[in-house]
Formats: sequence, C-alpha cells, structure tokens
Amino acid sequence: MNMSNTLLAQHVNPNLFNSDVETAPNRNGYGNGLKEAGELDERVVALSADLVGSTKTNIFAEAFPQRFIQVGIGEQSLASVASGMAAMGKIPFIASYAMFSPGRSWEQVRTTIAYNGSNVKIIGAHSGISVGPDGATHQAIEDIAIMRVIPRMVVIAPCDVHEAERATLAIAKYVGPVYMRLARENTPVITTIGSPFEIGKADIYLTRDKAHKKTVGIISTGTVTYQALVAGRTLNEKGIGASVMHMATIKPLDKAAVLAFAQEHDVIVTVEEHQRMGGLGSSVSEYLSEVFPKKILRMGVDDVFGQSGTPEELLAHYKIDNASIVEGAQKFLQ
Amino acid sequence: MHYLTDEDVRSLELKANEIRQSVIEMLVEAGSGHTAGPLGMADIFTLLYFEILRHNPKDPFWEDRDRLILSNGHICPILYAVMAHSGYFPVSELLTLRKFGSRLQGHPHKETLPGIETSSGPLGSGVSQAVGMALAERINNPYSSKYFYCLTGDGELDCGQIWEAMMLGGKEKLHNLIVIVDRNGIQIDGYTKDVMPLEPLREKFESFNWDVQEVDGHNIRSINDAIGKAQAVYSQPSIIIAHTIPSKGIDVFERDFRWHGNPPGLGPEDFVKKSEQAAVALKKLRTLNGYINTHEYE
Repeated sequence: MNMSNTLLAQHVNPNLFNSDVETAPNRNGYGNGLKEAGELDERVVALSADLVGSTKTNIFAEAFPQRFIQVGIGEQSLASVASGMAAMGKIPFIASYAMFSPGRSWEQVRTTIAYNGSNVKIIGAHSGISVGPDGATHQAIEDIAIMRVIPRMVVIAPCDVHEAERATLAIAKYVGPVYMRLARENTPVITTIGSPFEIGKADIYLTRDKAHKKTVGIISTGTVTYQALVAGRTLNEKGIGASVMHMATIKPLDKAAVLAFAQEHDVIVTVEEHQRMGGLGSSVSEYLSEVFPKKILRMGVDDVFGQSGTPEELLAHYKIDNASIVEGAQKFLQ
Repeated sequence: MHYLTDEDVRSLELKANEIRQSVIEMLVEAGSGHTAGPLGMADIFTLLYFEILRHNPKDPFWEDRDRLILSNGHICPILYAVMAHSGYFPVSELLTLRKFGSRLQGHPHKETLPGIETSSGPLGSGVSQAVGMALAERINNPYSSKYFYCLTGDGELDCGQIWEAMMLGGKEKLHNLIVIVDRNGIQIDGYTKDVMPLEPLREKFESFNWDVQEVDGHNIRSINDAIGKAQAVYSQPSIIIAHTIPSKGIDVFERDFRWHGNPPGLGPEDFVKKSEQAAVALKKLRTLNGYINTHEYE
C-alpha cells in the first residue's frame, strides 16, 4: 500500500487507497463553488428547471434569492432564457440533470448559447451510468459527445468534490459557453483543497513504477478517475508500469500532455462513464491518430443503453470499474 | 405613447413601401429566401424602427437601447431592410443578402451584424431569450424604462418552447416585455388552421396571464396605439396579435402560403410567370394609404 502511495502525485489525497477514504458527491462542490462565485461576482445568476435541490443550486438560491430563477420543467426554455440574461451582462449557471439539459435542449444550446457566443454555464448533474437505480432514461452517457461537437463549447468533468468547486470558480471567470457534467453518487475524494485546477490542463495523478518494462498510460475523466487510479495501482503491483492522467477538461484537449503521455507509454487506455463513441476516448484517438498513431483502448459503454442497478453493479457490468480496466489493459498489452 | 399626426402616418406608410421595394430587390438578387413574412411585417417593422424603438443606429451597442428580438429569423430580410434604411449600414449592402462573406446571413447572426440582438432561425426560442433579457434587466435596474420587443410568427407558436416561455413571462409579471405575433395564417406547409389550428389564440395567451390585444397589422395608427397600451400595462407582460396579410403589398402574392419560403422569380406560377414575378412585384406594389381590414382565419 505504501509503495502505491509513492506513485501518487503530491496533491492527491494520501488516504485515497485506504478503505476509509473520504467520499462526497461532486455536485456538492458545484453548489458551494457557485455560492462563492456569486459572492465574488454579482453578475453570477443561477437558473434551474425544477431540480434546485438535487443539483445543489439551492445553496446559491438561498444566499441570493433575487439572482435565482426557477423556470419549471422546461429545459429548452432554460437554455434560451439564460442566453437572454447573458446578453444583458449576466453570467448564468443553468443546472438540471445532464439527460435533460443539455440532453433535451441541444439545439437551443447550439443556437442561442454557443452560436451567440453567450457566456452561459451549463451544469449537467446526475451524468453517467452511476446514477444507478433510476435506469437508462436518466443515465446521460452521450452528453460529452453532443457538447464536444459544438464549436466554442468547453467541456469539463471534475473527478471529485474539491475539483468541482474549483472548476465552478474557474468557469465563472472564463468568458464563453461551458458544459460541466457532475455525478450523483458519493465518490472518493481524490484531490485536496489546495490541488491546482486550470481549464484545459490535464494532470498526472499516478506515475508508473519505473522498474516495470511494459507500460500503459490511462487517461480518465470524471469521477471514474478513482477507478482508473485503483486500476493503476493494481497494474503496478502486477508488474505493469501504469500511469494515470486525469483529464478534467475534455475540450479543449490538453494536446501537449496527451502527446507526451503517449510517447512515454506502450499503449493508451481511456476511461469514461460515457459511450465509447464521441467522448474522451474519441477525442484522444482523433488527436493521436494525426500526430502519433498509437494503440488506444477506449473503455466506456459500448453502444447500448444502461439499466437499473447499484453504481458498483453497473460500472462492473459495463466494464468501467477498476477490475475491468486492469483486465482490459493486460489483454491490450499482450 | 408616441402621438402620430396624419402626416406621420402617411410618411411611415410611404417609408414601409420603400422598404418593401428593398425587400423584393434583396430576395430577387439572393435567389432564395422568404417573401410572405417580410412583406407582411413591413408596416410593423417600419413603425418600430422609425418611431417606437429607443435606439441609435450609429451606436448599436448603446447600453440603454430597447431590445428587439426577432424569433422567426427567416423573415430577416425585413429586419435588414429597416436597419439599413434607418442607418445601421449602407442600403447598398442589402444586396449582399445570403451571399458568401456577407454580414446579412440567410438567418440572422448576432456576432456578424451589430444591431442584431440574437441569432435566430430555429423557431420558438425568441420569447425565452426576451424573457431572460427582461429578467436580467429587472435585476440590473428595477426602475428601468427599457422595453423588450419580441417578434414571432404564428406558425412557430406550434413550438412547445414558446409556451414554456409564456408561462415564465406570466409568472414573473415582466411588464417591460412586449411580444408581437405575426398572425398571417400561413406556414411553410400550408394554412395554420390546417397544419395546426391555433384558435382560440387570444384566450390561450390570456390563460397564461399575459395582457392581450389584437390589431390590424397594416394600420400604422392602430399598431402604434396598441404598443402604447402595452407599454402602459404594469402588472403583466403584453402580447399583440397583429393580423397581417402575408406578402402584403403585391396583390397576386398575397395570402398564398406558397410564397412563404420562395423569392419572387421562384414562386408559384398561377397568376404570374416566374420570369416576370420580380418585375410584377415591384410594379404592382400597392401603396398603403388607407385601411386594410383584418381578414378572417379559421
């Protein structure tokens, strides 16, 4: 265990691999970060479509009732109302479940937010398969793809509660449209309060044991970075030099970091709680295929819908849990 | 309330007529685009840009300007024409409509043409944006005297998003928001009563807690009075259902839904040969002194 900890970056929670690792839903970080952003800049306003509590927008709404708009269950209007507010100088954060916003409002996001150059922040909570028992209707596993393809849109998936808070503060300062996806469940706290966060910067959280000959570079995004880190630890214990890079910003892609990572490892494995098509894995593959062709294993949901279950059952079933990553990386290296 | 003398009304009618000519010339030159909506809305746009709006064509980003949000972006030839005639850009630039490199995109793009408040084309999202602007203004300055005008078609009232925005506007009692509906009775596939009946429309809007007026969309004085009344409503947002004649001004094009999406030269051939449509359109353009009675729909 100590051996694995020495591979972790200094700003990663040293308790990460212990059974009593702290956990929290990263949407809490958004809620707290939004209130801080509201204190720092009075132009920040928040809107929600009948999901104020579960998106943690309530923290802002209670602090700044005059700057909060409840639009009811109307996600298409939500996007365009925010665009109108941005046109008058506001910095609107719109929060709903990712399945509904941007899931239902894609054209409004494209035309009235992105094409207008509106300074709107779209928060997609309850993204991914780990939303669990609610089933496939509520499991947004296509959202990265549909947002990534829109010009100008920045796409972010924080790995934990601290990073979500820092990312919220960062996107409030950034001028332009941003999509940030969040998770519902309690997930391990990976970073520390002082960990750096910069839009567009990847971060290596675990560096391979240099004694091992075969190497794999794992690139992950969102809360499944925890699964990637556990898998990385296991692989190093099994004699494979595995590093883990957390890609909090999926777009714009940190190309320099990806290229260097590809050059330093035999193969690349990408991990995301998303379809294998169109997400982080696709982005990494598109880039590397042009500049440094490389074998890339994309781990994610393979062109099927999800189903009800616990987050653990679902991550294992769709092969996004740490055991599947270990198995996938081992096979891929053969 | 803007008071109009008879001379003012006459002068605005003539201006609207001049703008209709520009619209026809633009569409003929472009070889594509929509005819019915722009001609039908010429009187309302002329009144807005030359009388009602607080704006400065030489300073399109003036902070205290009123905002005009065009929801049905496909009628942008009329928006471009009134903008040019009121001094936002040279009238000669109108002939670049829909051409490569033009600021006059086939559907409006906010960032390329100063004075355009939002990009539009996909229908149904304008009212939401106007609601958002009015909400932001209320936070910025509760005593603001800015008005937010949103222009929509009647066909786009089929869109669910319109009604999401109507509910929010009614809930928030946005008194500085005035929506003008171009009730011309047509949409691309046919007459609105056949594609998707809207009546009773007035009652629909009233039930969403909006102040509703109906007006002859070609009667400058009536429209002016209706806008004045809408500005005076303090507890509700306002909607003005403007009954217009699609393709108003060219009698052989009027009221025919087949002119919705065609330019003169490519329109239906029943009464005028395609090769002669442009010339006929310009020659037969009706002057607009006098009333045009509201026509019946469903």
